[in-house]
Amino acid sequence: MRELFSLRDPALAARFRELLRKLQPREPVRIVHVCGTHEITIAQYGLRSLLPETVEVLEGPGCPVCVTSTQDLDCALQLAERGATLCTFGDMTRVPGTRMTLEEARAEGADVRVVLSAADAVEIARRQPERPVVFFAVGFETTAPGTAAVLLDNPPDNFFVLASHKLIPPALAALLSIPPVAIAAFLAPGHVSTVIGAGAYRAIAARFRVPIVVAGFEPLDVLYGIALALRQLREGRAEVENAYPRSVTEAGNLRAQELMRAVFRVGPALWRGIGEIPASGLYLREEFAAHDARREFGVEGRLGEEKPPGCRCAEVLLARAVPTDCPLYGTACTPLTPVGPCMVGAEGACNIWYRYAGRPRL
Amino acid sequence: MKRLLEEKVTALHGAGGLVMDKLLRERILPKFPIRAAGPIGLDQMDDGAVLDLPPGRLVFTTDSHVVKPLFFPGGDIGKLAVTGTVNDLVVMGARPVALSLALVIEEGFPLADLERILESAAAVLGELGVALVTGDTKVMGRGELDGLVITTTGVGVAERVVPDSGVRPGDFLLVTGPVGEHGLAILAARNALPVETPVESDVAPLWPALAAALATGGITAMKDPTRGGLAAALNEMAQKSGVGMEIEEERIPVRAEVRGLCELLGISPYELACEGRAVLAVAPEKLAEVLSALRAHPLTQGAQVIGRATEHYPGKVILRTAVGGKRFLEMPLGDPVPRIC
Amino acid sequence: MCLAIPARVVAVEGNVATVDLGGSRARARLDALGEPVQVGDYLLVHAGFAIRRLDPADAEETLRLFQEILALEEGP
Repeated sequence: MRELFSLRDPALAARFRELLRKLQPREPVRIVHVCGTHEITIAQYGLRSLLPETVEVLEGPGCPVCVTSTQDLDCALQLAERGATLCTFGDMTRVPGTRMTLEEARAEGADVRVVLSAADAVEIARRQPERPVVFFAVGFETTAPGTAAVLLDNPPDNFFVLASHKLIPPALAALLSIPPVAIAAFLAPGHVSTVIGAGAYRAIAARFRVPIVVAGFEPLDVLYGIALALRQLREGRAEVENAYPRSVTEAGNLRAQELMRAVFRVGPALWRGIGEIPASGLYLREEFAAHDARREFGVEGRLGEEKPPGCRCAEVLLARAVPTDCPLYGTACTPLTPVGPCMVGAEGACNIWYRYAGRPRL
Repeated sequence: MKRLLEEKVTALHGAGGLVMDKLLRERILPKFPIRAAGPIGLDQMDDGAVLDLPPGRLVFTTDSHVVKPLFFPGGDIGKLAVTGTVNDLVVMGARPVALSLALVIEEGFPLADLERILESAAAVLGELGVALVTGDTKVMGRGELDGLVITTTGVGVAERVVPDSGVRPGDFLLVTGPVGEHGLAILAARNALPVETPVESDVAPLWPALAAALATGGITAMKDPTRGGLAAALNEMAQKSGVGMEIEEERIPVRAEVRGLCELLGISPYELACEGRAVLAVAPEKLAEVLSALRAHPLTQGAQVIGRATEHYPGKVILRTAVGGKRFLEMPLGDPVPRIC
Repeated sequence: MCLAIPARVVAVEGNVATVDLGGSRARARLDALGEPVQVGDYLLVHAGFAIRRLDPADAEETLRLFQEILALEEGP
C-alpha cells in the first residue's frame, strides 16, 4: 500500500523523458533546486541522464547541513568539548567546523550522539538529568516545528537547543538579488513547502520574474516539476506552480507554522560559503531563554562575514564561476576537507566537479 | 578475589600463569569441538600448530574484529569473527581448514559474556567441521580498549583460486542473497535508534553453500560485500579487473523491512555491510549451472543475477535505476549515517 | 533537504503514532499536525514528526495529473 506513494514507474518516466525533450529550450537553461533530498532523488535515480542536452539541474544552497555556518558548528563543537551531550542529525556530524567535525570530536572523547528527532534528544536528557544535553537544531521550515514542539512540551531543565534553523524563501530572494542571475527557474522543496505553503513563494516569483515549481521527491514528481518549469519558460510565464499537491497546499501546515511562531523569532543568519542573509534564521524567543544553549553557555556566535577567505561557493551557486575558478578548489577544499557548501554536499557542484572533472553525462 | 576471578576477566588472566591456564583449559578449549588439523593442535598448547593439509593451493587470511555492540540482533562478535575469516577463505575459492583465534580483552570484561561469545564462535566452526588449532589471550587495562578485540587467522585449500580481479567483459554478476542486513542491524543497535525492526544481521558462513558453485569452475571472480557493502565490492572488482559493470537496480535483492528502514534513515542499502553474502562474476556459459548450484542451498537460494560486466567505462559501476535512469554506483566514503537532508 | 517518507499508522497513543515501514516500525509525534490521526492513515514523517496526513486518493490524483500533462504534450 505504501507503494501507492512510490511514483517510480519506468514507462511513465520514459514518457516524461520524451516530454522534456519536446519542451527543451533552444538556449541552455539552468534550473536550480534548493534541497538536498531533491538532489538525492535526482542522483539516486539517475534523472540527469533523462534530461535533454540544454537543461541542467543544479543544487543550490539547499541542504541545511551544508549551509550551516562554521560559527554555529564551532559553537556545537565547543559545547561538546565542554562536556555537554551533543545530539544532532547524522549528516551534521560529518561536516567540518574550523578545526574538526563532530564525528572527530567524538573520537577525541566528546559525547556526540546521532538522533533521528528532537524528541530523541529530549529522551536522552530525561535519562541523564545530571548532564546538560544540547540539541544542535539544524534544518529548514520542515524541521523547525519539531524543535518547537519539544520546547513547548515541557522539556527537562537540562535540555538545551542550539538553534541553527534557516528559512528558504529569504535564501531564494538573496540568490536572485545578486546580478547577473543565470537561474532560469527554481524547483522549490516539497517538504519545506508542505509546512509553509506554495503561497510563500508568490512574492518572489513576481518580484524577480522567475518560475518557481514546488516539487515532490519521488522520481516522477521531480520529472513532473521540471516539465512544469520548462513549460513556463516556453510560455514566458513566471509563476508559482504546485507540482506536489498531494502534500502541499497554498497556505501550508498552519499548526506547524503556529508552533514555529510560538518558539522562534526571525533574525539574520549566516549561510556557509554565502554569507549573511537577512531574516533567514530562527532564534529562540525570550520565553525559552532557559533552554537556549547560546545564552546558557555563552557561545553566541558573532554575525558578520563568514565566507572563508577565497571561497567562491556563492558565485558557483549563482553560475557566475565554475569550481576551477576558485583558488581553494582542489587544494584547501576537497571532498575530504570541504570548505564551502558546494564541496560539503556529495552532489554539490564542486564535489561532483572534483570527482569527475565536470559533470559526467551518462 | 576468588569471586572476581570467576566473574570478570582480570589482569591475572592475561599474565600467562596458572589463572590463565585454568581459564583456557576449563572454559575456552572445551567449547571448540575440533581442535586439531594435524599432529599438534589446540590441546597441546604448544608454541604453534602443525597442520596436515589436503592437496591444493594454500590460502591464508587474517582479520581483526571489533564491533559495537558486541551482541547484536542475529549474532555476536564471536560468530562474526570466525565467519568473517571463513568467508574470506571461501571467496578466494578455498575450502576452510583451520583457524587461529586471538583475544584481546579489557580488564573487567564479564566472563559470562566471553563464554557466550566463544560458544557462538565454536558453534560455527563445529558445524563447518573447521578446526581451531591455535590461539592467544591478552588482557589490557580498563579503558585501554573497548571491551574485546578478536583476531582470527585462517587457512584453506583451493583447487582453483578465485581472485576478485578476474571479472571479464560479458560475465554475469550475481549476489547470493538480499543485501544490507548486517550493516543495518548494527547501525540500529549502535545508535540505539528508537525503531523496532525485524532486521537481523545476515552473518553466516558461506561454506558449504558455495562449494558446489565453486566446483563448476564457472566463477571468474568473487568477493564478500562486507564493509562498504555491495557498492564497495562491485567497485573494487570493477577497478581491479579493469572492466565496467552495468547493474539493474530492480534486480538487487533487498528485503522490504530493510528498504523501509533505509528510507527512514536516508541511507543506501547498497552501502551497508553484509556478512553472509557473496558477489560473484560468472562466465556466461556456466551461468545456469552456477545458479542452480547456489539455489540448491538455503543460504544462497535467493541468488540473483544483478547485471553484467562490459568493456565500457572500465573501473566504473553503472546502475540502471528503477525509473530507467543511469548513474554511477560509487565507492562509499565511510560508514553510512542517518541523515535528514 | 528534508527527507520525509510516507508511513502507515499502526497505533496511536496520545500525540505519538507508531508507523510501519515495510515491517520496521518507528515513532512519529503528532504535535505538528492540526488534524486527528487514525490507525490505517498514511503520514509524511520528517525527523520524528508527522508534517502531513496523506490521502491515498491524492496519490491517484497525482498520477492523473501526470497523465494529463503527458497527454496534453504528446500531441503533434
